[in-house]
Amino acid sequence: MSEDVQAHVRTYLKVGGALAVLTVLTVLVSYIDFWGVPFAVFVALVIAATKGSLVVSFFMHLLEEKKLIYVTLVLTVVFFIALIFLPLLGHANRHGEYYTLPNADAPAAAPAAGH
Amino acid sequence: MDIPYIVEERADTGLNNVKLGIWLFLASEVMLFGALFSSYVLLRLMATEWPFGVDVLNVPLGTLNTAVLIGSSVTMVMAYASLKMDDFARFRRWLGLTIVLSLVFMVVKGFEYNHEFDIGNFPSTSTYLAIYFTMTGLHALHIIGGVVVNTYLLFPGAKMWKTNKAQFTNRIEAAGLYWHFVDLVWIFLFPVLYLL
Repeated sequence: MSEDVQAHVRTYLKVGGALAVLTVLTVLVSYIDFWGVPFAVFVALVIAATKGSLVVSFFMHLLEEKKLIYVTLVLTVVFFIALIFLPLLGHANRHGEYYTLPNADAPAAAPAAGH
Repeated sequence: MDIPYIVEERADTGLNNVKLGIWLFLASEVMLFGALFSSYVLLRLMATEWPFGVDVLNVPLGTLNTAVLIGSSVTMVMAYASLKMDDFARFRRWLGLTIVLSLVFMVVKGFEYNHEFDIGNFPSTSTYLAIYFTMTGLHALHIIGGVVVNTYLLFPGAKMWKTNKAQFTNRIEAAGLYWHFVDLVWIFLFPVLYLL
């Protein structure tokens, strides 16, 4: 039992170190201008997702968790994805172009020629 | 009346109720923060102008706070491991350190907020600042909640260690799960608000 916990403790410290390294990495990468904002967003989210999965897998012991917890989390992920994407779908018109929200403080975009 | 299955596992779920309860609560928290992340994406995509976080916020302070919060997750899990090893004195040191690190995070955040207010940056100043203060403010409330619970478990709540070790260890595990979730939210908030 105690040896088992000792092994866990070594893992916790390694995971903590990995999280620190990834934090420095995400800051350094943000100062390099790669190929524009979409790529920067992609890189930042990949690093954040890696850090997040380390926290959930080891600190929250998800790797050793029972099936019902996985079922709960799969459902949560499905609803989370719906939550992120549904509002966006509602704001693309049928040509697939975004329009400015009526209450946005920006002036409305001029209608495209040829319509 | 005793609440059943606090320590022993239910045959049908394979879990004690504390574990299932805290994970269900965290699932609801995912949806709470998810709604705000969704709002952030929508607001940013619809905006004609959106500042880079780097130009508005203090990235070194944000990085420091990220490191502090990750450190507090390590100390929290060490507190739990100490109880598993039956070492109560070590548990108290690790949990105490977790609370100290949480307070350091709040002090740094306080300095950041104070600086923003000093230079006239308020939630009403821009859409970016509105979502920044909303998200980090809600996260800070979660930190305060964690500090309250952990302080209770460090002092008056710790009496339970003498009467029911298994139940007390479960409480620390549940408090730990919550704390790691708060860390997890910050891991996403930091790049989204400060770096992009």
